[in-house]
Amino acid sequence: MQRVTRSAIIDAPIERVWEVLRDFNSHDRWHPAVADSHIENGEAPDQIGCVRNFHLRDGAHIREQLIALSDTDHMSTYCILDATVPLQRYVATVQLKPVTDGNRTFWHWQSTFDAPPGREAELADMVGSGVYEAGFDALRRYLREGTRRAQASVSGAPRGGEMTGQAVILKAFGGVEQLSFENIQVPAPGLREVRLRQAAAGINYIDIYIRRGEYRMLTPPAALGMEAAGTVVDVGADVHNLLPGDRVAYAWDNPGAFATLRTLPAEQVVPIPTGVEIETAAAVLFKGMTAEYLLHRVHMVRAGETILVHAAAGGVGTFLCQWGKYLGARVIGTVGSEEKARIARENGCDVPIVSPDYQFADAVKAATGGRGVDVVFDGLGRMAERESYESIARLGHWVSYGHATGMLPSLDANLQSEKSLRVSRPVLFHYTADTVRLRAMATNVFAMLDREVLKVNVRHRYPLTSAASALDALESRQTIGSVVLVA
Amino acid sequence: MIKVYTSSVVDASADAVWAHIRDFNGLPKWHPAIAESRIEGNWPSDRVGCIRNFQLRDGGTIREQLLTLSDYDYQCTYSILESPMGVDNYIATLKLTPVTDGNRTFAEWSAEFDTLPGQERRLAESIGQGVFQAGFDALKSYFGHR
Repeated sequence: MQRVTRSAIIDAPIERVWEVLRDFNSHDRWHPAVADSHIENGEAPDQIGCVRNFHLRDGAHIREQLIALSDTDHMSTYCILDATVPLQRYVATVQLKPVTDGNRTFWHWQSTFDAPPGREAELADMVGSGVYEAGFDALRRYLREGTRRAQASVSGAPRGGEMTGQAVILKAFGGVEQLSFENIQVPAPGLREVRLRQAAAGINYIDIYIRRGEYRMLTPPAALGMEAAGTVVDVGADVHNLLPGDRVAYAWDNPGAFATLRTLPAEQVVPIPTGVEIETAAAVLFKGMTAEYLLHRVHMVRAGETILVHAAAGGVGTFLCQWGKYLGARVIGTVGSEEKARIARENGCDVPIVSPDYQFADAVKAATGGRGVDVVFDGLGRMAERESYESIARLGHWVSYGHATGMLPSLDANLQSEKSLRVSRPVLFHYTADTVRLRAMATNVFAMLDREVLKVNVRHRYPLTSAASALDALESRQTIGSVVLVA
Repeated sequence: MIKVYTSSVVDASADAVWAHIRDFNGLPKWHPAIAESRIEGNWPSDRVGCIRNFQLRDGGTIREQLLTLSDYDYQCTYSILESPMGVDNYIATLKLTPVTDGNRTFAEWSAEFDTLPGQERRLAESIGQGVFQAGFDALKSYFGHR
């Protein structure tokens, strides 16, 4: 008896590989050795006992019967009924196992058979190399290119060429009147790039800084937007961890996210876990990673500390309240209205302070027995400068990560030494520039979402064509929680 | 019953990886969490039924009994007799399978156990990531990986 075993690692999740292999009649679509195939008597290809009747490209004719199929074990067993090649008592099993380290697939393909004397080696090689090894390479290609071809033909796009999308273009630095909705040409992905069909994009305060020209991160005319989520259309030849149809999200320091289609470096995108909606991913990634790096990297918040969160009912603010509370901190928050105070409280803020005019230091002092807070997460900046300073305890930490009311001037060194104050002015994208760290941060965000520590509240949903209204609402402090643009 | 399953790919032949991890008394040689280990009663470490008694780097002591060992299947099974982890009926299997494409090794480490309600998630994570994946990470860096 001959035994042939071949195995390989496929850079795709087990569900994607099994989807193809469990179909007993799929081999003429992905295996180059198979010319044509059909299931006899019109039976379903997952009917135990069904027979596939096929020709190889070299003219051989084979009938094989499915004798076992398990979706639990990702296993399929079949035998040859008759064939024009001398493989006797041939029984083969395909089994997949997940590689949890990297979300890939281990594929094991094994058979036993008898062969005419003298032809054992030749037939074993034909099965092992010509069928199994060729099959590994072919399925890899099929998953990458075949799916891409299928998708491209569905969407009517020229394969490998440019596609036409729409984007929110900033014509010149200034107000929302400088925004227009225009057609754009989106190139096919380069070697290490990925092209996405974007279903949702998150709006962040940074979009306003960029639109005003305070952050020179683009040169008009160019598309706005830092984060989006959607599905992969196609990938470059050197991209092995993504496939067409995969759901992904990104927050990248290169604007252009407010668009229906986009091509960008594959290392910038992170997979969206099963069970997380695309719109939720767009609402959570940028703001969630902001909360993650503020609470875990810029200032390691410990249980028992008191933290002050400005704009505590905002996108980042609600996350800081939820996550800070989960870490055991006492959370004080500033908000602009009673309604926002209620929202902040619902999200874990112990002491919401209503201060539309940014007068909150006395209330913070009162809430901390005159001591002040250990750390302030300050997204307000200039107009709250004095009050933020007064709110911080000795040895405290001033984390200035945004400036909704204007740039914070550099702090007087004497003021700083008056309370041994530590000052940080972190930039998220400096932290996410390292892709290993980016992935760790995104993983933490999605884990907090899974544990329901982070609760995403998309109350404001605008069509992409109304990006100007959305930015207007955020800038005029009318929004609560996350704001999302949908394509 | 909780089940934990962790798998990885090591860039070396199954023979080479098995030679590195086969010794039931050899954890300190390759697993970063284990400080020292001995086999009780002077038994040979490949005699089924032998008990390894080892210290974790963070101080805890664990006693585990070898239930099966197969050089043919590159596989061993063991149970926990005593540990500070709070698990009952703990049985684990470590198995290697050759990946013929590229002469690499598919490594699987799985466990089944019972625990008190509320501890499942924490234990599944600390065993799956802290023990199994940490071991695989050590093997991958020992053999180099692609």
